[in-house]
Formats: sequence, structure tokens, C-alpha cells
Amino acid sequence: MMAATLMQTDVPTPEDSDSSKKVWPGRWSHINKILDRRGPFCDKSFSPGHGEDILLNQCRVLVIGAGGLGCEILKNLALSGFKDIEVIDMDTIDVSNLNRQFLFRPADVGSPKAKVAAEFIMKRVAGVKVSYYHGKIQDKDDDYYLGFHLIICGLDSVEARRWINATLVNIAQDDPERIRVLIDGGTEGFKGQARVIIPTVTSCYECSLDMLNKQTAFPICTIANTPRLPEHCIEWASVIQWPKEREGEKMDTDDPTHIQWLYDVALKRAMEFNITGVTYSLTQGVVKNIIPAIASTNAIIAAACCNEAFKIVTTSQPYLNNYMMYIGNEGVYTYTFEHQKKDDCPVCGNQSAFLDVDKEITVEDFIELLKEKPTIQLKKPSLTTDTNEKIYWQSPPFFEQRTRPNLEKRLSELVKDSGTIIVTDSTLPISLNVTVSYV
Amino acid sequence: MIKIWSIKKDNSSAEKKKSKISAAQIRVQKDLTELALPDTMQMSFPDESDLLNFNLSITPDEGFYRGGVFKFTFNINNNYPHDPPKVRCTQKIYHPNIDLEGNVCLNILREDWKPVLNLNSVLVGLQYLFLEPNPEDPLNKEAAEEMRNNRKNFEYNVKQSMKGKDVKGVYFENVLS
Ligand SMILES: [Zn+2]
Repeated sequence: MMAATLMQTDVPTPEDSDSSKKVWPGRWSHINKILDRRGPFCDKSFSPGHGEDILLNQCRVLVIGAGGLGCEILKNLALSGFKDIEVIDMDTIDVSNLNRQFLFRPADVGSPKAKVAAEFIMKRVAGVKVSYYHGKIQDKDDDYYLGFHLIICGLDSVEARRWINATLVNIAQDDPERIRVLIDGGTEGFKGQARVIIPTVTSCYECSLDMLNKQTAFPICTIANTPRLPEHCIEWASVIQWPKEREGEKMDTDDPTHIQWLYDVALKRAMEFNITGVTYSLTQGVVKNIIPAIASTNAIIAAACCNEAFKIVTTSQPYLNNYMMYIGNEGVYTYTFEHQKKDDCPVCGNQSAFLDVDKEITVEDFIELLKEKPTIQLKKPSLTTDTNEKIYWQSPPFFEQRTRPNLEKRLSELVKDSGTIIVTDSTLPISLNVTVSYV
Repeated sequence: MIKIWSIKKDNSSAEKKKSKISAAQIRVQKDLTELALPDTMQMSFPDESDLLNFNLSITPDEGFYRGGVFKFTFNINNNYPHDPPKVRCTQKIYHPNIDLEGNVCLNILREDWKPVLNLNSVLVGLQYLFLEPNPEDPLNKEAAEEMRNNRKNFEYNVKQSMKGKDVKGVYFENVLS
């Protein structure tokens, strides 16, 4: 007689998961192996046996970007036990995304990435809630971002990352309770980096802006006179010929007719100079500054980001301090180091000061005070309100003349009690935020 | 060590005192308020609340271009100082490093731009273009050739062009105002 052997598996088949959204025994046994006992590297605050509860029931995590990195991040989070996830992305799915953005299918082309990714994860991984927002990160306010414990970025835009970084640093200023950890992943071809940013505590994204690979720019005189590469011809078409022949018209690099025009112009020039290699896709690549995305790089960087998220949230292991770079061009190389905070960082380098001043003080006397006060000692301070109104600017003369009448006014006419003044001065790395109280 | 579990949501909206000024904006503000503008340069802002778009005029007090007023527009994007400012000459002028469409050949505006540079560096660079035009890096090839081969002729051409006259059939803008 044969006894039926019951194989117990942790992972359901897709059909199972769709019908049974509930948790089955051993559902999270893979993460409990890490979270049920104390290890040598655990943080003091780690308490064995509670990790699953923390991950599943308490932690809200926001994923920004549902592209190449975002798809990997969402999948990793869901399978690591994060149950409450939100994803933001403003793009819709393009057919060219399908080779690496594996949550999307041909039928999804044209649909919002955030929506399709969220629905796919919920369908595939039982018991995970993924909400989504199809739109820009700039649409959301401070309270929205404060509603998450952790924010993971898988963006390809420097501008969007600078925005979210500045927003999170701003929120955290003066109040450690409002710190929201930012994990930032980025890839460029075979290179990538993952980093942990604790706003106001560690170096921020803006601190490292000068480490970014600069997009290649060719000298304009070469483009104009001595082209040698197909890229020179394309740049000539976009930088010199476009403004000349289509004056006043804004170039839209997402408009195929514009790319076609640039391609035609560049090709003609290339033939004149006997240069080969100008193609439509190269034209698109050069004007949009596209570096081919590599699926394996995305997978490695997303894995690193999600590992950090898991470690930070569960305190089961020390987390990255604070920058890991990966280079896969020739072999596999990674290097981890602590990126230093920059004094002159315009986002986290702002110093702040609190001053009690006479409510009758004039702007001119207040400026003298900033120069004389031993703890401040500025040379030629320029003052702006936190709503971006100029109080007094030392330069350029255009603004000096316009703001000079304010010197005689009382400061309290321009800045309300406990208002903040942004002060710039050559002796400051970036700026000083002075909060005034009138006495 | 951050205890993120002690983090609770703060609902006091009275706390929203922080400025919403972008990093690019603060950097431009710092650059502008610390400028030491020589008498030969003037800046104006068509929209005073917009620091990212402004005009510059240069009135060189020596060199080939003495006496002219040369006008430029500056256009700074929200990725400053990662991206350099875009600078164009708004007049049609005869200059080896500026073409007839107003493109300016100055290395720090393109291939040699770095975030540690600032608006002052760009102004110094532009000023220098009028004091020492560089025929080795030409954008206007004819002007550059003339300057290399016959400085007297070049000087004459510059003077003619600045009066709004033609140089070899090309009419330039009168900049002697
Ligand atoms: Zn910083």
C-alpha cells in the first residue's frame, strides 16, 4: 500500500493565488527564517518573532517609478513580505518597454504603468495590497509623503530625484520625527548605484550631484565646422539648424515628426562630410540622451534597494552606509563607501538660526545685526522671504535698486512673527535660514 | 540609529512654514546676490519674479568691440547647476565665436561646464570673448579667417558691422546705441 505524500510548498501557482487571497500556513516562512531569531548583526532594537507583523501589517512603502527598476522593486517587495505598497508613475506603457518591464504585456501598451504594475502584483502575489497613482510626484504634498515609512526611488530622471530628495529633506528639517528614509536606485547601461539617504542626517542626493556622469556635449565649434562623428551631425541639426530653420518652435523629442526632421537634416550633413552612421534611432538616442537600459543591471540594483528596505524596516541587519556602486561593463565590480554630506549643498547644507529682534527694527539695522552678531558674522547678506519675496538684495544692481526702498521699512512689515528669512552671503556655503521672533 | 517605528504621522499643518524654493532656485539666488558686476555689464529681468530668465548687456570698454552694446539672453532650467545656463546673443553680430543666429562658442557653456562653476564664471567668459576673440575656435569661419590673416581688415569689418553696415554682403545690427 502506498502512502500519499503531501508536498507542502510555500509558493502557490498563479491560479491558486488568484482564487485564494488569504494567507496559508507557511506563507512567510522564508522571511521568518531571518526574523524569528536574533543574529550577530541585529540591531539592539530587534525583537525576534515580530518581523512578519512589522512588514505585513505596519509598514507602508512608496515606490516611485514603475519602469525598468520599478517593476523589479515592486516584485521584490511583494515577495519579501511588504504588504502595503503604493506606486507612482506618470508614464504609459510603450511597446519598447516590454523586453525588460516584465509586469507588462502587449495588451497593456498605452495603459498607465502604475495601474498595470499594481494590478499585476496583486494578481500574482496573494495578500499584497498595491495602490497606485498615475501622475507626477509633484502633484502630492508633504502630508502624502509623511504617510509612508519608507520611499524607494527607481527613476531615470535627475530632475524628479532632486525634487523628491529636496521635499523629504525639507519635511525632516528641525524635527527628527518627520524623517522618512529614501532609498534611491539608479542605472545607466551596465552601471548602477543604490543608496540609503536619511534626510538631514546623511548626505543627500543633491550632495552628490557632481558625481553624476555628465551627458556628453561636443564643442559647438566642432559641430559647426569640423564634424567627424554621426553624433556631431545630429547635434548640428538639433542645436544649430532647428533654431535657425524652425525659429520659435519648441522641439519635442517625443514627437516622431520632429525626430524625423532632425534625422533628415543630420543625414544630409553627414553625406556632405562623408560621415556614416546617422540613423533614426541614433538621432533619437542623441537628442533624448538615451543610454540603453540593461535588464540585469536593473535587477541587481533593485535587489540591493529592496534588501536595504527589508533591513531598515526589520532592524535585522545593519543597513548600507550609504552608497553602493555597481559597474558591470568589464566583469562585476561593486564598491561601497560613505558619501559625505556637503556643506554647500543647497538642499541639506542650509544652516538655520533663530533670532529675537525688536519689533521696531528696520531692515537696514537687521542687516547690520547679521554682520555684527558674533555667531553669524556675514559680509554682504541678501535677504529673501520664505515665500520668495525679495527683502533686500546686494546684487545685481537691477534688484539692489528695486529693493533699496525696503531698507528703511520695519522688518515686521515684510516678515511676520516667527517667519523665516533666507539669507545668502559669500561667507555662507549656500544659505542661512533665519527665523525671527519679535520682542 | 533611526528608530523609524517611533515615527508617527504629524497632522499639524501649522508646521508648513518651510520654503518651497527649489534647489536650482536657491543656487541661482546665491549666484546672483553675490555677483560683482563690472560697469561694462548690465542685467535686467523682464519678469522680476523669474530669476531663471534674464537679459545681459555687455559694453566693452576696450578691444575691437569697444563702444558697442551686446545683448544676451540667459535661460536657466530647473536642473541648474547640473545643466549649464543657455546663453544666446540676440543680435546679429560679426564675431569669430558667435554665429549669425546668436550661438556662442564658449567651452564652459557646453563641454566644460561643471556644477562648481557659477553665473559669475559665465559672465567672465563672455566678457573675455569681446576682449580676446579666439579665431582658433570659430563659429563664424569668415570672421575667424579674417582675424587670423588680416587683423587690420578684421578690425575694419568689426567697426563696419557695429554701425549696422554690411560685411561682404551680410548686414549686421547697429550696436552703437
Ligand atoms: Zn545635500
